[in-house]
Amino acid sequence: MSVIPRKRLVELSAQEISRYSRHLLLPEVSIEGQKRLKAAKVLIVGVGGLGSPLALYLAAAGVGTIGLVDYDVVEESNLQRQIIHGTKDVGRPKTASARDCIRGLNPNVDVIAHNTNLTSQNALDILHNYDVVVDGTDNYQTRYLVNDACVLLQIPNVYGSIFQFEGQATVFNAENGPCYRCLYPAPPPPGLVPSCAEGGVVGVLPGIVGCIQACETIKLIVGGGAGLSGRLLLFDAWRMKFRELKLEKDPECPICGEHPTIEELIDYEQFCGLRQDEEPVDNITAVDLKKRLDQGDELQLIDVREMHERAVFSFEGAKPIPFGQIAQRTAELNPSVEAVFICKVGKRSAHAIRVLREAGYTGKMLNLQDGTNAWARDVDTSLPQY
Amino acid sequence: MAVTILIPTALRVFAGVQAEVTVEGDTAGRAIEAFADKFPDIRQHLFDENNALRSFVNVYIGEKNIKTVNGLDTPVRDGDALMLVPAIAGGTGAI
Repeated sequence: MSVIPRKRLVELSAQEISRYSRHLLLPEVSIEGQKRLKAAKVLIVGVGGLGSPLALYLAAAGVGTIGLVDYDVVEESNLQRQIIHGTKDVGRPKTASARDCIRGLNPNVDVIAHNTNLTSQNALDILHNYDVVVDGTDNYQTRYLVNDACVLLQIPNVYGSIFQFEGQATVFNAENGPCYRCLYPAPPPPGLVPSCAEGGVVGVLPGIVGCIQACETIKLIVGGGAGLSGRLLLFDAWRMKFRELKLEKDPECPICGEHPTIEELIDYEQFCGLRQDEEPVDNITAVDLKKRLDQGDELQLIDVREMHERAVFSFEGAKPIPFGQIAQRTAELNPSVEAVFICKVGKRSAHAIRVLREAGYTGKMLNLQDGTNAWARDVDTSLPQY
Repeated sequence: MAVTILIPTALRVFAGVQAEVTVEGDTAGRAIEAFADKFPDIRQHLFDENNALRSFVNVYIGEKNIKTVNGLDTPVRDGDALMLVPAIAGGTGAI
């Protein structure tokens, strides 16, 4: 069944009929489906890797109204995968850049740019105007916020997420199906799982997962087909493998279960543990580390970056122990010599210090503040920041 | 009973960068426990302080989530594959 009721159908112009002829030739879409697409209002949360192909394909398909939520500006490192933005857009708000691109592709589309962060205060106001919400966000607090707002407003939530070479996609909160909380009741504490900024992502992956989300969105609007509600699609781009897992509604789910305890939006930063202070570590700046090395202080430098990152450049004099092997290789450290931990931005290294502390390591440990990026910025500018 | 643990990329760095590891165990819980014994760095990502499976990690045997069977006590058979499916968010998150 379509999410667009028949009474909202709008006529197509002769120009639109010829523009969308390849849809009209499909009995599953036909003129009625195309009218539903024209009447539909879809909100894309996040105009990044997933949001780019989503916005382009939904615009090309003739979705009448596309809302875009994003507060970021385009950065150069986005362009490897965020294909709705171009080199000339670096520094512009993502919503403005995407709006221009969509208008160039299909001027029939009404684009509503929400150049803001989605928050517990504004989410219901923004989302309630839309028929389908597509989640292309990059963080847990917005994912739980989008999920909860969609459940409270009874709007289907087309979900996609990515990491390195792997992606997940499904449709939450449709056909009385499960929601994100049924699958993952709580997010990982900050610091436990690496992000794309440190973990990387292959550029075409959000293209593929975003297109799957676009396809599910079109099916929800047109009506019919077998949607992904109740099925979690996993995709591995490196092995080129799709898997499908069963996703069941959790009767104990705190928001969509039989006895919901969440009846309004909550504080998602707190829920995701972002307000909790992480156990502090002692920092050393890149400039101070350089001074101490120059004056010949005895230090053991531990580079916790992965091998492929050390291939970008290796940190002179540092012993490589990748982040994921710290607990296992504690014996390789000498507690009588002060140790400085190094990674790309200073977060994995700080976490490595916490892991070692917990494992009972007694030596003095310092964290290179802002990592090799700070070293490349403040000490040796011949090295790249990556 | 030999059981294969299928490890997603997000967790591979904590498991010697391997995609699969074979361990012994007659329940999902014992097999994952044996896996965490083999790779101590992964333990905190799979189990919380009370040794319960973390709520951002799902374990599937075939198409079925063990949560919908018998949780960590779900029996496994020789040759079964246990797939770890953690939450992923992409983007510029916390770490």
